[in-house]
Amino acid sequence: MNTESSDVTTLLVGTRKGAWMLSGDAAREQWVASEPIFLGHIVQHLVADPRGSGTIVMAAKTGHLGPTVFRSTDQGGTWTEASRPPAFNAGDAYGRAVRTVFWVTPGHASVPGVWYAGASPQGLFRSTDDGDTWAPVAGWNDHPQWNTWAEWPDVEGTPDGSVLHSVIVDPRDAAHMYIGLSGGGVFESVDAGADWRPLNAGCAADFLPEPEYPTGHDPHCVRMHPAMPDRLYQQNHCGIYRLDRPAERWVRIGDNMPREVGDIGFPIELHPRDPDTAWVFPMDGTDVWPRTSPDGRPAVYVTRDAGESWSRLAAGLPERAWFTVKRQAMCVDRSEPVGVYFGTTSGEIWASRDGGEHWTCIVAHLPEIYSLEVA
Amino acid sequence: MRVRIPTPLRSYTRNAASVTASGSTVGEVLADLDEQFPGITFRLVDEQGSVRQHMVIWVDGRRCRDLDTPLDGIDEVVLMQALSGG
Repeated sequence: MNTESSDVTTLLVGTRKGAWMLSGDAAREQWVASEPIFLGHIVQHLVADPRGSGTIVMAAKTGHLGPTVFRSTDQGGTWTEASRPPAFNAGDAYGRAVRTVFWVTPGHASVPGVWYAGASPQGLFRSTDDGDTWAPVAGWNDHPQWNTWAEWPDVEGTPDGSVLHSVIVDPRDAAHMYIGLSGGGVFESVDAGADWRPLNAGCAADFLPEPEYPTGHDPHCVRMHPAMPDRLYQQNHCGIYRLDRPAERWVRIGDNMPREVGDIGFPIELHPRDPDTAWVFPMDGTDVWPRTSPDGRPAVYVTRDAGESWSRLAAGLPERAWFTVKRQAMCVDRSEPVGVYFGTTSGEIWASRDGGEHWTCIVAHLPEIYSLEVA
Repeated sequence: MRVRIPTPLRSYTRNAASVTASGSTVGEVLADLDEQFPGITFRLVDEQGSVRQHMVIWVDGRRCRDLDTPLDGIDEVVLMQALSGG
């Protein structure tokens, strides 16, 4: 993990055609890209264990081969395949089979070796041996309301199928978790996944005919602030929201974005120490949903007051460009000032060493970028 | 039984293009294959026993998606990736 005293920053890059690791110097100015890792594999997510194990877990498949997990226990030096990748039980009541492992999250600091994986269809899986073997989380996958919450069968799913993402574990309590479903909404468990309840009040679902629904929403990315775990932020299909627990109703802080930009997008990232600061990358959700930057003018927007106001951060970014930033393709480091990074569908990674004030392209010509994480 | 291995699965067979496996049905051959080369079958067949959408198993010159297909008199199973899916 990068800290104030770290010599280097390492970025883990998942792409449509493999994974890469980028090593930055202490100043975060010079970056060196690795050779491709699993070239040709579709790498949806690549995450390093923040608990000091040295493990990196990769969610992968190919255009032909089924989904799996690869893992490295030497910080990316060598890789092995999980001996039992995430899969539903044989004879599953709904006949579900994992099409894609979409998201991986390390477990609580008190339980080394535990990882969670979200999939398409919207299953949740758990490993207790550092990603080597995975088992279904029955409390979610077999919940009596799963088929309603997950909108099964997912014939109206998002373009690559419905996905379970944003698996969040409360740093104060290993049993307290949130997950996000695209589509379906945000759900909470207080018993380590044995039972779940929806948590979507206040969120718009403009693609549904009535103004309020308990489920059926489309959170694109949900984040919990590490220093204030009662604070959640959500970049939703319809807007940007904040929820300060124990409140139950999300507040649409995206209404404070400039009207001409709007508050639709995919990623949202939080300052590692300041719960009031968050970054988003707005996209054009008008007309036929081009999913490019509004007016083709890419910019990050930041709030430093928990969503009361937003500022445009575009210095150094191209004046016109037509890429998209996916939900896992934005991240922050822990340095001071904070480094902010995003990867584009056009294969570029942009970095800011000053909280987004100035941007530099640190690598180009990669395949379409699906995920970006700081190791 | 000879089993021909497509290039995407040869990382499991130590780059062997052809291996031997035993069984009286396609499913049994794939199970034996997985015993020898752990993990290979899950990339080809999902947890509900369905051949993955973009993979193809050829038996006696015909596409086979039924793992219960008997292999009487058959001495070769061909695993391939479909034209689609890339």
